[in-house]
Amino acid sequence: MSLLEVHDLSVRFDTDDGSVHAVDGLSFSLEDGEVLGVVGESGCGKSVSAMSLLQLLPETAHVTGGAQFDGLDLISAPKSKLRDIRGRRIAFVFQEPMTSLNPSFKIGNQLGEVLQRHLGLNRRQARTRAIELLDLVRIPAPKRRVEEYPHQLSGGMRQRVMIAIALACDPKILIADEPTTALDVTIQAGILDLMRDIRERLGTAIILITHNLGVVADIADRVIVMYAGRKVEEAPVHDLYASPQHPYTIGLLGAIPRPGAADEQGRLREIPGRVPSLAELPAACAFAPRCPRADDRTRSQKPELREVRPQHLVACFHPGVNGAVS
Amino acid sequence: MSVAGDVRANGAPTLELEDLVMHFRTGRGIVGGGSVVHAVDGVSFSIAPGELLGLVGESGSGKSTVANCAVRLLEPTSGTVRLKGRDITHISRREMRPLRRDMHMVFQDPYSSLNPRMTCGQIVGEPLRVQKLGRGRSLDAKVAKLFDQVGLRTELRFRYPHELSGGQRQRVGLARALSVSPALLIADEPVSALDVSVQAAILNLLRDLQSDMGFSCLFITHDLATVEYLCDRVAVMYLGKIVESAPTKELFASPQHPYTQALLSAAVVPDPEVQRNRTRVVLEGDIPSPIAPPSGCRFRTRCPVAHESAPQSEEEDPPLLEVARRHYVACHLVRPGRPAPALVDAAELRA
Repeated sequence: MSLLEVHDLSVRFDTDDGSVHAVDGLSFSLEDGEVLGVVGESGCGKSVSAMSLLQLLPETAHVTGGAQFDGLDLISAPKSKLRDIRGRRIAFVFQEPMTSLNPSFKIGNQLGEVLQRHLGLNRRQARTRAIELLDLVRIPAPKRRVEEYPHQLSGGMRQRVMIAIALACDPKILIADEPTTALDVTIQAGILDLMRDIRERLGTAIILITHNLGVVADIADRVIVMYAGRKVEEAPVHDLYASPQHPYTIGLLGAIPRPGAADEQGRLREIPGRVPSLAELPAACAFAPRCPRADDRTRSQKPELREVRPQHLVACFHPGVNGAVS
Repeated sequence: MSVAGDVRANGAPTLELEDLVMHFRTGRGIVGGGSVVHAVDGVSFSIAPGELLGLVGESGSGKSTVANCAVRLLEPTSGTVRLKGRDITHISRREMRPLRRDMHMVFQDPYSSLNPRMTCGQIVGEPLRVQKLGRGRSLDAKVAKLFDQVGLRTELRFRYPHELSGGQRQRVGLARALSVSPALLIADEPVSALDVSVQAAILNLLRDLQSDMGFSCLFITHDLATVEYLCDRVAVMYLGKIVESAPTKELFASPQHPYTQALLSAAVVPDPEVQRNRTRVVLEGDIPSPIAPPSGCRFRTRCPVAHESAPQSEEEDPPLLEVARRHYVACHLVRPGRPAPALVDAAELRA
């Protein structure tokens, strides 16, 4: 039994312009101490699926499917049960550390709040533990920092505080949604090191949501690639980069500027067209209109995920590194 | 000046900055006081006709302030800005107006930089109208041609910005900037807000347009990889100063300044084999506040080697010296004929 088993998760939003299918039949599992990377471009449903796991979506969202965690189905569980899981067993780190911290409370109070609420510590104990936690995420002079306000910290430091808050109750799962996107590269490197360190020292499983294939290459054990609300490929990290199978994954990897990425004319490889509107998802391959391998079958049938190599799943009728039709 | 681009025999550089300084006063209350933000502190470079210069740096390095001074959205505290040889540092808005034809800007966020109440056609045609370069049918025809040039369907002229995708909006921004055939395009993080697949298309477009139209370009970014793809020459900024500048190939083949090496080593590579086995230069702490920049070498507080190898860095600000042909470095440890401290194997950076 995996730590977390997500089965056929779908999220639909009813809007004035009809319903939007943000996530369409997503299944995956997460093992103890594993770092799972979820990659995709804006609007592919990666953040929405993570938020649905903790029932953090607004009322307009219709969530179906299941997510088994510790004998409980997160999707159907009553809110009262979830309150003991959120922040305690499964913790979240968001992209923008400035807006996720309350500007009018000291760092120590914001950390202490979590400790008092979930672990029942008193104020003195909470403060001592807060200092330990800041030290754990390698914030220098933690005793001084607990007395400071968020605006007195740099972006990188704020993100470390967010991670400290997330780790306060020693969660089993840390969901990090674009944790380094707003940060400079030299700061990003430090945060990635910290996450690696946390996994090794505390054994926390991490779901890392990002659009950055470099970040995933750095830290993930396994990767899920999403497109238009669906999982199109899943593989162990080395396998995914060494032999990407889905044309979308291949396109994404090819579009990143790096030495050797440009074609003979010195141009970057583009993915033609644009992401489809989620309101009118076809009963076909969603990538078909942009895919060089698309044919009649692709345009009329939805490809199911299948295992093309051990642990390597792909939802495509024509998978393969070089576009060889199988 | 020290960092000079190749200047064509008969012409002045398109843009020339000489010892540019931009200080801002902050927090000054009724009782006076307040402090000075040293956003840009003595930046010099020039861009030759048709040249693409990449200006790279992290947040707070002053790269956008340099751009804003160059287009005279800001009046610099001191120093000189020359556009095609003409000093524009202190000229009035009115005098500036006709010169705006020669330089245009593309911004990071293509949504907030387009007027939501204007159609995309009106947006693209506005500079032409203001500069009296077209009206009526001839203006419409020019706008339609521009849409075609940037790869937008001409029907989109009648749409509003909110109806377009991010990539399409950035194409509108480019069409507007290039409508008056400027000599200089300043692009401030033009692809940072876009998805990877869209980024590639915009970078390709920028490259194609440049080779067709031949404008000079100041390309501002935090992403070294896009610079390598697009630019002829690169200048790296740290805390208001240029710490290194060189032709692109040279900079990536042999980065000299410890900061440049750290930046290159910190950029993530989309390949787990490479990414997990490379040496990373870890910089301690954060970029210092530009209100009180460190004395001497501004990078010394985070430099992995300054403390032991360059004790003079506490007092002396290292000058930008030419250490190889057209390769300038501001570091006490780098001198002509003396190799830079190698924090990372250059071959590893290129993997």
